[in-house]
Amino acid sequence: MTEANNAVEIRNLTKLYGGNKALNNVSFDVRKGEIMGFLGPNGAGKSTTMNIICGCISANEGNVSVCGCDVLENPKIVKGKIGYLPENPPLYFDMTVQEYLNFVFELKKVKFDKKKHISEIMELVKISDMKNRMIKNLSKGYKQRVGLAQALIGDPEVLILDEPTVGLDPKQIIEIRNVIKEIGKQRTIILSTHILQEVEAVCDRVTIISHGSIVAQNTIEGLEEETGGKDKFILTVLASCNRTKSVIERVDGVIDVKRSGPSRDDVTEFIVEQAPGSDIRLALTKTLADENIAIASLRSATLTLEEIFIKLTSQDIAAPAETEEIAEKDFSKQPESPELSEYTAEEERENGSNI
Amino acid sequence: MVAIFKKELRNYFMSPIGYIFVGVFTFLASFFFVSSVLMSQQADISLMFSDINVIYLFLAALLTMRLLSEEKNKRTDQLLLSSPVSITEIVVGKYLAAMSVFGITILISLVYPIIMFMYGSPALSEVIGSYIGFILLWGAFISVGVFISSLTESQMIAGVFTFASLLLIYFISWFEASVNNVLAKNIISWFSLLDRYSEFQSGILNVENIIYYLSFIFVFLFLTVRVIDKRRYS
Repeated sequence: MTEANNAVEIRNLTKLYGGNKALNNVSFDVRKGEIMGFLGPNGAGKSTTMNIICGCISANEGNVSVCGCDVLENPKIVKGKIGYLPENPPLYFDMTVQEYLNFVFELKKVKFDKKKHISEIMELVKISDMKNRMIKNLSKGYKQRVGLAQALIGDPEVLILDEPTVGLDPKQIIEIRNVIKEIGKQRTIILSTHILQEVEAVCDRVTIISHGSIVAQNTIEGLEEETGGKDKFILTVLASCNRTKSVIERVDGVIDVKRSGPSRDDVTEFIVEQAPGSDIRLALTKTLADENIAIASLRSATLTLEEIFIKLTSQDIAAPAETEEIAEKDFSKQPESPELSEYTAEEERENGSNI
Repeated sequence: MVAIFKKELRNYFMSPIGYIFVGVFTFLASFFFVSSVLMSQQADISLMFSDINVIYLFLAALLTMRLLSEEKNKRTDQLLLSSPVSITEIVVGKYLAAMSVFGITILISLVYPIIMFMYGSPALSEVIGSYIGFILLWGAFISVGVFISSLTESQMIAGVFTFASLLLIYFISWFEASVNNVLAKNIISWFSLLDRYSEFQSGILNVENIIYYLSFIFVFLFLTVRVIDKRRYS
């Protein structure tokens, strides 16, 4: 199964806490050089998975390999390739920043020039001014950065960041994200978060975990397409319903037209479905223009990442409130669970074959 | 291992704990030395060491209680466990750091035999034997402390239990005397660290005793490693 393009391969991980399955047969890959967003609601198993990759805890079943090395067989080699920022940065509060980073440098047995390497990292995460301060006196944002600096020591090939921006103010969040994007240019990063804008801002691909199982892995665009129905458009026109509907139905390639949204005389919203493989947009706008119907907006009916996330992570518990919320969006014929599982299976096949 | 050793040693002397430890030890040891050795004018090394043993009984828990419990409590164990060092290196590094602080007090305590040699004539073999026995005895006690520290997240609990365990081991020979069952007697004598210590005090370097202490230390450090390793699976 080892593929040269994968930095991290996770196969069939199962982790039991007591009788509780924290992870259930989790498998996914992280490709070399990508920033992968690892998403999931609280308690879905994100931190557990990350702890297993880093060797802090062991799985009951399954294996993890990093850059072709198995975590259980060669723990030291694997740990040397990983930089890990846990949810709570593992800081010694009674050390100064410089002392702490010196310690981590020695702990990780890094071979670089110590002074130069550490000062470069401090420069990168912008903590050079704080190097002689005691860690306990730093603000939350700076502590987080020191934690990030710690993960970067030794220039690891794979970085694992567990909610790196939690508890920071908006300015700090943007700064940390920029740092992550910057360092992600040369490295593989697994970034766990439940802030969805963060994923959209930073990540190349997304893996969604829910109740200990992977429910999706794709690019953000891929997810939007797969779940939202790429053949649907939301069309708003400045005209009455009855007249417009018959006009739209005449356009070549349209297979379904439904009214949606608030009903007002002068503005009407439709969901228009096209035949797969066709593109009705040009014909549609032309026809409407011929009929003197003004188009207020025409957009693809893909789901936002937030909607995808809620949909994918709420399917097994099917909380009534959440399903209703989705129903309100009214993307007629919501794909049901079977279709979803089909899609994940398809995804996996795709991932397997295109590497 | 070296990094962890250095960090722990630094930690002892960046926080008050190392200074308090060495300071209180020096004060009490000197006090007992003056009151029992100088006042009675006996150049008897065993007198001095029995005093120091009592001091250590109370101080040793201070030395080990936070070693592993605090890492767990502050979640800094995640840094250690995700670094390319083995658990054995972590445990041994920490043990050696605690032994080094202990070593500092031993160096300070060398003052007392020197004073004795200046004004009296204690047997050199007894002095050397006592020192070797003393290091082995407390090396064993400290390994028990390290082990107990790995069992809990709370420094206080580790401290109290370490103190209780050391007290129990220290006085277990009293208990041994009043037990009739042979098997029970044997088992108790395995833990009776002090029995073997008395041979050292009379200047006898018995290999069996040295091996006993070293294997005692090995077993408890090994158990510590197992406890930490086991936690990764639970």
